[in-house]
Amino acid sequence: MKIRLNGEPHELAHPLTVTALLTELDLDPRRVAVERNLTVVRRSDYEATVIEEGDEIEVVNFVGGGARYRSLPKS
Amino acid sequence: MQDDLVIANRSFRSRLIAGTGKYSSSEIMRLAHDAAEVEMITVAVRRVDLGARGSGSLLDAIDPRLMILPNTAGCYTALDAIRTARLGRENGLSEWVKLEVIGDERTLFPDNEALLEATRVLVKEGFIVLPYTNDDPVVCRKLEDAGAAAVMPLGAPIGSGLGIQNRNNIVIIKEQASVPVIVDAGVGTASDAALAMELGVDGVLMNTGIAGAGDAVAMAEAMKLAVRAGRLAYRAGRIPRKRYASASSPLEGVIGG
Repeated sequence: MKIRLNGEPHELAHPLTVTALLTELDLDPRRVAVERNLTVVRRSDYEATVIEEGDEIEVVNFVGGGARYRSLPKS
Repeated sequence: MQDDLVIANRSFRSRLIAGTGKYSSSEIMRLAHDAAEVEMITVAVRRVDLGARGSGSLLDAIDPRLMILPNTAGCYTALDAIRTARLGRENGLSEWVKLEVIGDERTLFPDNEALLEATRVLVKEGFIVLPYTNDDPVVCRKLEDAGAAAVMPLGAPIGSGLGIQNRNNIVIIKEQASVPVIVDAGVGTASDAALAMELGVDGVLMNTGIAGAGDAVAMAEAMKLAVRAGRLAYRAGRIPRKRYASASSPLEGVIGG
């Protein structure tokens, strides 16, 4: 099943929820925001929203611009 | 008597707002934010790099007490800025957005037509919009009429370090505004920040001025002091500028006269 994910073609075995996709991508749902076909998916709807063939998905997070950040070392 | 910066429904003791970009490390960024004593910082919204694993999230590196202001940096159309703002709201669960719609790659000057359009749409959707724009009093007035919670005229191009290029316009903008005026972009060193505040603006936003300095933490402290000094000087009421001297000591009683 083909979708577009962050501007690139992406293959999914079958339709799945946004939650399941984020899990598959190893992403923390609390750290990202998701847009499906130009509409923001509310976090509370991740479990109920199913991604289908042809969907255009954007997954974004906050960045500082420039260097990627590592978490502060634990003290 | 408190002299807080009030934007929309929030008040801030600090009139300095910083960014999170271009720091050499997250440690330096954290120390710089501490030294600057900022209460609000801007962040950009970008696609997650699906190929990278193991890198930390910016949110983990930021002081959790700071208010996060998502921006729409890098957007060249109203639609992209609107989409980014909506995503930023969902990510940060905050209604605030620093709105940027860029019109030119080299100068990063705003596309004010698209900016106004995006402002109107986002205001209708309940966002608290802080638009980055030129030092153009007409555009600032239009943005305010469109419902912007503040206006953010640039001092000079983003990252240029040129300081306030058009003091007169900044003063005019402040005179006519009913919302806070925050100079955003172009601040290069402490005196630029102090000057902005001396002109009467309500706050200063900077990123490169601190992050790009030789010693970012030291510059962060300098900027904090500069913003405070400029604000105090503004409120203290400066002496007028005169063409000729005005003696400070009495003219009578000089020996030998």
